[in-house]
Amino acid sequence: MDAEAQFAVEAVRVSKLYDTFAALRHATCSFATGGLHLILGENGAGKSTLLRIIAGLSTPNAGTVRVLNQKPGAVQGVAYMSHAPMLYDEMTAMENLSYFAALYAQPNSCGCSISPEMALRAVGLDPHLTRPVGNLSQGMRQRASMARALMADPVLLLLDEPFSNMDVEGARQMLDLLLDFKTWPSPLGTRTILLTTHQADLVLPVADTVTRIHRGAVVVEAA
Amino acid sequence: MRYLRTMLHHLQKDLRLEWRSRDAVIGILFFTLLVAVVFSMAFDPTGNPTLAREIAGGLLWVGLLFASITALNGSWDRERRNHVLDAHRMAPAAPSALFLGKALANFVFVTLVEFILAPVFVLFFNLHVLGQVWWLAAILPLGTWALVVNGTFFAALSLRTRNRQMLLPLVLFPITIPALLAMVQATTGVVTGEFEPDLWLKLLAGFDVSFTTACLLLFGAVLDAE
Repeated sequence: MDAEAQFAVEAVRVSKLYDTFAALRHATCSFATGGLHLILGENGAGKSTLLRIIAGLSTPNAGTVRVLNQKPGAVQGVAYMSHAPMLYDEMTAMENLSYFAALYAQPNSCGCSISPEMALRAVGLDPHLTRPVGNLSQGMRQRASMARALMADPVLLLLDEPFSNMDVEGARQMLDLLLDFKTWPSPLGTRTILLTTHQADLVLPVADTVTRIHRGAVVVEAA
Repeated sequence: MRYLRTMLHHLQKDLRLEWRSRDAVIGILFFTLLVAVVFSMAFDPTGNPTLAREIAGGLLWVGLLFASITALNGSWDRERRNHVLDAHRMAPAAPSALFLGKALANFVFVTLVEFILAPVFVLFFNLHVLGQVWWLAAILPLGTWALVVNGTFFAALSLRTRNRQMLLPLVLFPITIPALLAMVQATTGVVTGEFEPDLWLKLLAGFDVSFTTACLLLFGAVLDAE
């Protein structure tokens, strides 16, 4: 990035339809560069859809989205973690992360300055664990998935329900890790985290902004 | 060079996953063995060696085509499960390398089955090859590649559809007809010794080159489709 943008993400009147169901309806919101931004809303409010659009995994039917001052999709320095672990069940966490690390080690990309071993240790998993991901508990799979996202060394980290299968202590540890990660230096700029969760009590005290979505529309944006 | 390394990385991953589950190879192997047994009983090839030579090529390739369907669908199921495909879409790696790696892995699985199946066919159909056997060294890989390259592509295309198990054969079979005709005719030519298979082999090679190019060019759009 030449000059760091004021906003990591800007969405203007974004709509997304799935057949006749409107997941997002003219949603307008922006997330400042740096900080941890919390997105709240009931089930089916459109939180996951918004994150998928920002990640470039889904295309809006209307509206414009800018991510790190570029169009979403193939934007350097963005990582996404969804409800699903996005890992192969038959391979161990270390094998999965080594595989994805090699895919990120491409020219014109940020590469993986965080090694698979470092990422696994950061989320509290043993890199020498021999059990395949499919045999791990839901919480451990979630941690492995978080490690995969962190390993890409992103400046924009999109987390969809990252604590959903974790116990209270585990969720607190992950949140501490995210707050720490936010301060890690990056050659691409200041790190920004967008996070959706139903465990609002846990994240609200440390969130820089809160955006509330209701039935596909942004109803509250607060610092 | 980096593209090649990425592609080999995908291939290695698919071989590793298959080694741990053995779903694809065992599925194809048992299906084609059953085809060989059922047809050998239905046609009684030992009583009519000429007929056996004429139909063996067709039975081999049709059996492999049917058997490959399950394996080809299954190869993308692993990517769909846990939304791994989303991780691939976000990775800064060429999408076509993912396709090529998977097609090569499927090629390895089907070739492995062919090695086991060939002696079984010779035994069950009491085959005495009358042509030059070395032609098969070109026909088998080219024919197998024609099956797997299209199969891998159309399996990816039907990945997000509700009836994908049904859709793949409906799309794949008509498109593969020219290649199937070429591989059956070329194999029959070698087994019967009645004609040289070079013309059919050229057709097969042309099919492989054109469809591989088209699949590589179009795979990025298939991967990004919602």
